[in-house]
Amino acid sequence: MDGADRPLDERTPGVEHQESRADFLSYTAGFALAVLLTIASFVVAQTNLLWSPGVPVGLIVLAFAQIGVHLVFFLHMGSGPDNTNNILALAFGLLIVFLVITGSCWIMANLNTNMMPMSVLPPH
Amino acid sequence: MTAIDAAQPGLAPEQEYAGPSSTRTVVGYGFWIFLLSDIIMFSGLFAAYAVLWANTAGGPTGGELFDLRSVFIETACLLVSSYTCGLGALFAERQHRERFYIFSVLTFILGGAFLFIEITEFANMIGKGAGPSRSAFLSAFFTLVGMHGAHVTSGLLWQVYMVAQVAAKGLRPHVLRRLLCFSLFWHALDIIWVGVFTMVYLMGAR
Repeated sequence: MDGADRPLDERTPGVEHQESRADFLSYTAGFALAVLLTIASFVVAQTNLLWSPGVPVGLIVLAFAQIGVHLVFFLHMGSGPDNTNNILALAFGLLIVFLVITGSCWIMANLNTNMMPMSVLPPH
Repeated sequence: MTAIDAAQPGLAPEQEYAGPSSTRTVVGYGFWIFLLSDIIMFSGLFAAYAVLWANTAGGPTGGELFDLRSVFIETACLLVSSYTCGLGALFAERQHRERFYIFSVLTFILGGAFLFIEITEFANMIGKGAGPSRSAFLSAFFTLVGMHGAHVTSGLLWQVYMVAQVAAKGLRPHVLRRLLCFSLFWHALDIIWVGVFTMVYLMGAR
């Protein structure tokens, strides 16, 4: 914005000179999608619309869809050249999140199965 | 990347030479790294909850404690506040100061309503003897949901500070960049809340 009226070689490097691509329409579309996905999550959890063993999977799918909607429409994680670094950082963050959550669950489930049953332990 | 190929300011024509990234892009990237580290911290709390949710030590379970209707209202408050926050930032970029104030007030009210419902819920649970010291499940629950609530609280304080800055300094570029960081923070809180209401409340209440 500032400096955009000056010729290119007189501009200070790093000063913004482009309009944000975010607009009201994309926010509203994202908001509508997020509302639909939220309502779907609550409906799926409280009714027998889905086969009941499949409900957790359905909820996880809906949650990931909603997180995707938030990232694209609210945080503007698009495919633009300005966004390459943001997307790479996001991918690395997701990897760490995945490792922490599934790793913890895996290790602790393993420990639980290998624990001596409580009934065998001597009373203290 | 294109900046490195044609890194001779003033020589290449404007169409080819994009120049260094704008300060706005760089600030957004830096703040995004912070948000990701915050999300990784939350992933540790999510992992703790996933490991401990069944260990109720004979105490109340999630199904007995959670009231999905108030969780739905909380979710709606936070989602709408995310939307109004985004609209406020758009109006700020277009130099509409009054509309920015209106949407900031809306965001603050909705965020405050979320926090009020959450604190009421916590007080109810502690009143029923289901405080954080009752069982491993409740310790993990209060840590995870309480940490999100603490982030919402700091977000509300930050928003008051941002409105004061806009009032004192106007919508100048560096104020707009701080506003960008604030709205990224507020949207990230909503993303974490999606994980919380799915994993803790909807799955726990079944």
